[in-house]
Amino acid sequence: MHEVGIIQNTLAMAIETAEASGATSIHALRLRVGRLSGVVPDALEFAFEVVRIGTMAEAARLEIESVPAVCWCHKCQSEFVSDDLLGECPGCHEPSMELRRGAELELAAVEIS
Amino acid sequence: MCKECGCGIVGEVSIAGMPGSKIQSPLVGSAHEGGHDHAHQHEHAHPHGDAPHHGHDHHHHDEAEHDHAHHPGDQHTTRTIAVERNILEKNDRQAERNRGFFQAKKLLVLNILSSPGSGKTTLIQKTAEALRGKRRVGVIVGDLATENDANRLREAGVPVVQINTGTVCHLDADMVARAATKLDLDNLDVLFVENVGNLVCPAAFDLGEQLRVVLLSVTEGEDKPLKYPPIFHSADVALVTKTDLAAATGFVRDQALANLGRISHHARVFELSARSGQGMEDWCAFLTASSVNH
Repeated sequence: MHEVGIIQNTLAMAIETAEASGATSIHALRLRVGRLSGVVPDALEFAFEVVRIGTMAEAARLEIESVPAVCWCHKCQSEFVSDDLLGECPGCHEPSMELRRGAELELAAVEIS
Repeated sequence: MCKECGCGIVGEVSIAGMPGSKIQSPLVGSAHEGGHDHAHQHEHAHPHGDAPHHGHDHHHHDEAEHDHAHHPGDQHTTRTIAVERNILEKNDRQAERNRGFFQAKKLLVLNILSSPGSGKTTLIQKTAEALRGKRRVGVIVGDLATENDANRLREAGVPVVQINTGTVCHLDADMVARAATKLDLDNLDVLFVENVGNLVCPAAFDLGEQLRVVLLSVTEGEDKPLKYPPIFHSADVALVTKTDLAAATGFVRDQALANLGRISHHARVFELSARSGQGMEDWCAFLTASSVNH
């Protein structure tokens, strides 16, 4: 949806971290992207190819960890993996009110030198 | 911000006809700007471990300088630094700040979302008119261009600020913080924020609202919630609008309500027509009960 803006924010965050650590180059950015974050990993990678040019992350890899959507069913008292936002429990078919994982959009770590 | 949904190069946002960045808001920025706490960043690995630990713990971000002396041979040592930060944190932080500010003013703030042409402006105008004498209503309205929506509301006697996002396909918390300064908030009870007509991008941007209201007009088809789940899922209130046109469009009410029930399962649902007035009473009663008359 707005992957260029998101990757610009991410890169700015990575550069801020790297500079604060006295590094001169970034070798990798590790992102954690939930399946329900609304962000398309391929689009992030495509955008990264462009925004890294001329920065200390010019040669960096973008590593994306995809986090499955995990919902909690109050009725069955169990977690289940849901690949769409319907969040229906496979046991009782009730919609889940609680998304436990899968909405993440985080910069987990940077590899620098 | 959103160059990839077809909206081109990001230009300057304008608020009430002025460049947005020129509008000062007590909600935006502070003496501590840029010096926010980074104590949660820490090094946790020196995989090649060939240099003495040089302890860059960085719990002192505000210090102008500190020693970064590197030992020869360090240059080729790669290190992994845990960052663990939410990428949208800047917007989320501003949104929380807005929310606290609005709550302190006992102002009910609603983020109104839908596809273009679902009847957001008409709904707001008719709601403001119906609440007249009970609640004082103000509006922040977002569009890529034109003052048309603001003019319509202004003609109806509603205090309004227009945000023109230029090419950006959603409002964000910073734009709302700046636009809010153009309204006399102390003399308002309810603030509608009419978002850019778009069912995708605005879902990810918290504005600091108390209630998120998503419209589904009968002319759009019953399966809209299934096609755009994130925004419908995030709704606190779902409104089926233009019900006066339901028969003409062959709208299948039960199916639409079932779809809303699946996706917006925790939302309050109202069915109404702002034009005919059908269903407006319940909606306005809900707003009256949810807000405070100052």
